[in-house]
Amino acid sequence: MLRFIISKLGVLIPTFLGVTLIAFSFIRMLPGDPIELLAGERGVSPERHAQLMADLGFDRPIWEQYFSFLWGILQGDFGVSFTSRTPVLEEFLTRFPATVELAGCAIIFAALIGLPAGIIAAVKRGSAFDHTLMGISLAGYSMPIFWWGLLLIILFSSPDMLGLTPVSGRLSALFWIDQDTGFMLIDAFVSDEKGAFKSAVSHLILPTIVLGTIPMAIIARQTRSAMLEVLGEDYVRTAKAKGLSPLRIVGVHALRNALITVITVIGLQVGVLLAGAILTETIFSWPGIGKWMIDSISRRDYFAVQGGIVLIASIVMTVNLLVDFMYGLINPRILHRR
Amino acid sequence: MIKRGLLATAALASMLTMGAVTAEAKTFVYCSEGSPEGFTPALYTSGTSFDASSRNIYNRLVEFERGSTIMQPGLAESWEVSEDGLSYTFKLRPGVKFHTTKYFTPSRELNADDVLFSFNRQWKADHPYHKVSGGTYEYFSGYVSFPDILQTIEKVDDLTVKFTLQKPDAAFISKIAIDFASIHSAEYAQQMMDAGSPEKFDQEPIGTGPFQFVSYQKDAFIRYQANENYWSGRAPLDKLVFAITPDAQVAYQKLAAGECHLVPYPNQADLAAIEANKDLTVDSQEGMNVGYLAFNTEKKPFDDKRVRQALNYAMNKESIIKAVFQGAGNAAKNPLPPTLWGYNEEIQDYPYDPAKAKALLAEAGVTELSTNIWAMPVKRPYNPNARRMAELIQADWANVGVNAEIVSMEWGEYLSRSQKGDHDTVLLGWTADYPDPDNFLSLLNCASAKSGGNRARWCHKEFDDLFQEAVKVSDPEKRTQLYEQAQAVFKEEAPWVTVAHSVVHKAMSNKVVDFRIDPLGGHVFYGVDLEE
Repeated sequence: MLRFIISKLGVLIPTFLGVTLIAFSFIRMLPGDPIELLAGERGVSPERHAQLMADLGFDRPIWEQYFSFLWGILQGDFGVSFTSRTPVLEEFLTRFPATVELAGCAIIFAALIGLPAGIIAAVKRGSAFDHTLMGISLAGYSMPIFWWGLLLIILFSSPDMLGLTPVSGRLSALFWIDQDTGFMLIDAFVSDEKGAFKSAVSHLILPTIVLGTIPMAIIARQTRSAMLEVLGEDYVRTAKAKGLSPLRIVGVHALRNALITVITVIGLQVGVLLAGAILTETIFSWPGIGKWMIDSISRRDYFAVQGGIVLIASIVMTVNLLVDFMYGLINPRILHRR
Repeated sequence: MIKRGLLATAALASMLTMGAVTAEAKTFVYCSEGSPEGFTPALYTSGTSFDASSRNIYNRLVEFERGSTIMQPGLAESWEVSEDGLSYTFKLRPGVKFHTTKYFTPSRELNADDVLFSFNRQWKADHPYHKVSGGTYEYFSGYVSFPDILQTIEKVDDLTVKFTLQKPDAAFISKIAIDFASIHSAEYAQQMMDAGSPEKFDQEPIGTGPFQFVSYQKDAFIRYQANENYWSGRAPLDKLVFAITPDAQVAYQKLAAGECHLVPYPNQADLAAIEANKDLTVDSQEGMNVGYLAFNTEKKPFDDKRVRQALNYAMNKESIIKAVFQGAGNAAKNPLPPTLWGYNEEIQDYPYDPAKAKALLAEAGVTELSTNIWAMPVKRPYNPNARRMAELIQADWANVGVNAEIVSMEWGEYLSRSQKGDHDTVLLGWTADYPDPDNFLSLLNCASAKSGGNRARWCHKEFDDLFQEAVKVSDPEKRTQLYEQAQAVFKEEAPWVTVAHSVVHKAMSNKVVDFRIDPLGGHVFYGVDLEE
C-alpha cells in the first residue's frame, strides 16, 4: 500500500509543476495587454505604461516572474489580483463555497437519476426504455450548457411561461442574511429570515439541473455498460441457476461489482463539474469560482487566473488521488499488480 | 428519465415561494451589469465600480445635477476662482455627517482635513495611504493628469480649502466633479491605519452620500441602506440592492419576473418585448458619446486631406446608422455630441456624394487604393456592431474604387495595436468622463497623438493652438468660440469620419418613479422612489 501511495504521489509532483507552468504561460500567451484593457479607448502613454508594468512586476524577466510565482505558491501566497487588489487566495476562498454547493447538488442530482436509469437500462437491455434512455443521455451529453441554461430559464422562470423558479442568483434580493459559512443553504437555514431557506433552494434548482445534466448522462451510460458486463459474468448465471430473485441478483451481486467502475466515474466528474461550473455560473449569475475565472480572464488579471487555475487543478488532482486510493482499497488487485 | 426529473423538480419549485420583489420597507433592486473592483473610486476606472461607490455612497466638492451636466454645489457650498485662474477656494458645507455604520462611528463632521486626505492620498507618494490597495490612481495621475496641474492644496481653516494650479485649467471644476475626486473620511482612514488594517478602508466604505454601505457578497449582491442624516435630505428609498447580473438576457428575464426594478444595459433585441410588456418601461436618451472612424494620418495616402475628405464623401452614413443602430443612433457631424456645450451647429457634414469622392481621389492622384478597416470585437454604446458597420463602409468605399479589407482582433490587442498606429483606418469611439469639450477634443490634440490615444495620429498646429488656448481661458463664451473654431478646422481636415451619437436605453419596472438617465453614463439612485 505504501509503495502504491508513493508511486501515486511521485506522479503528482511533476503534474503539479506542469499545471503551474501551463497556468502561468497560457494567460500570458493570450493576446491583449492588461494595462491597455484597463485604459480602454483613451489609451495610456508609453511612460505610464512602463511605470504600471513595473508596479505589477511585469518588467522582470519571464523566468524570474515564474519562479517568484512558484515560490509564492510554496508559501501559500498566490499573489494579489490586480483588479480587486485583494489576495487571490482570499478571492478564491470567498467564492469557493458557492461552487461546492452547486457542484455537490449537481452530482447528487446526477447520481440519483443516472444510477437507477443505467441499472434499469442494463436489465432491460434492448427494450424501448433502453433505447430512449441512451438517446436522451447522448443528447444530454452533447447539449451546449449555455443553450440548455437559457432554455430552462425561459421555460421555467419566465412569467409568460411557467414562472416557477427564480431566474438567477443564489437568494432573493429581499433577504439580508449574513454569510457565515458561505454555503447559502446553511446560512439561510440558520438565519432568522423567514422564507430565506425556501428562496435558497428554489435558486438552486435550475443551475443544479443544468450543471448535473452532463454528469448524469455519463453516469447513466457508464452504469449501464458496467452492469451489462457484470450481468454476463458466470457468477451471475450461477446465481440465476440457484434461483435467487432478480432483485437480489441485480441489487446485491451485480451492482456491488459494477459500482467499482461507477464510483471512479463519479470521482472523475469533479473536473467536468468544475469546467461546467464556468458556464453554468455565468448563465445563472452564480457567484462562484467559475464566474470569477471568466471575469479574470477577460480582464487579463494574470495573478487571479494563474492562481485560480492552480487552485482548481490542485482540487481536481486531490480528488482523483483520493479516488485512486479508494479504488485501491475496493479492488486489492490494483495494489498487488506489481 | 430526464423528463421525469424535470417534472419532479418543477413540482418542487412550485411548492416554494419565489420571493418576487415586494415593497414592505422600500427596497430597490438594481440588476447591475458586473461586480465592482472595489469601493474607493480613485483606485478604479470602470463605471461599474463608480455606480457601486462614488455615485451613491460618496459626494464630491462640486457635483452634477441629477440627470444633467449642470454643475451644482456638493460638499462645497460655494467657490471662488482667482483672476489669473490659478487658485480655487472652496467653502465647505457645515454640518455634513459621515455614515455611522456597525464598523465606524464618526466623532466629527466633515472638514478640510477630509478634502486634503482624499487628494493627497492620490498625489503624494509619501502619504501613508498612497500605497494601500495597490496604490494606482489612473484618473488622478493618468486621465486628468493632476500631478501636472496641481501646485498645492491648503487648508485655510476648518471649512475652507484652497487649490493652487501650476497653469490655468478651465475644465478644473468639471474635473473635480468626477468620481475619483470623491471625499473620504480622514478620521476613518486613521482608525483603520491604527488598527493595522488600512486596506479595509477601501473594502468597507464610509462616505457622506445618500446611501450607506451594508454588505457585499462578491459577485452576488451589494446592499445599502438610506443615510438617515443625509445633508440634502433622506432618500425616499429605504434599502438599495445591486443584484449582480452580467448577462443582459438573464437581467431582462429577472426584470420581467419582478426580481429587479431596473436593467442598465438591455439588449437591443429585447427592447420591443420590454416596450410591449405592460409592467415595464424603456427610457431613452441621447448618450454623451461619439463613434468614429479614424484615418491613420501618418500613413500614405491618409496624410493627404483630400483622400480623407473623399472617404468621408464616399460613406452613406444614414444607411449605416439605420442598419447598425436600428434607430438608436443619430448621424454625427462633430467630434462632440450635440448635448454638450460648445457644439458647433454651423458645421456642414460631408454629404453622401460618390462622384465628388472619386473626383477628390483622382485629384490626389490616388488610384486603386487598397486599405484596411479595423472593426472592434466588442459592443460599445457608441458602436453596437462594429463588424456590420465595417462591412457597410467597405461596400460604400468599393463604389468609389477603394478596396478595404476588414481586420478584427481581440479587444486588448486591438486597443494596443491601434494605439501604436498599426492600422490604416480604425473604428472606435468615446464616452464623456466629464461634460467639457476638452474631454472629447483632447483625443485629437498633439499630446495624445504622441501618447497614442489619438488614433488618427493627427497633430495639426492650428487645431492644437485653439485647443491649448481654450484650456487656459476661463470665460465660457470665449471658450465656446475657440472650441467652435477648432471643430471647423477638424471638419475641414477630416482626420475622422464622425459616424454617430448613440441613444442609451434603460429598462425598468413601471413602479420606478423619477429615475433620471445620467448623460455621463452613471446610475444614481438618490431621488428615485418606488410606487406602492
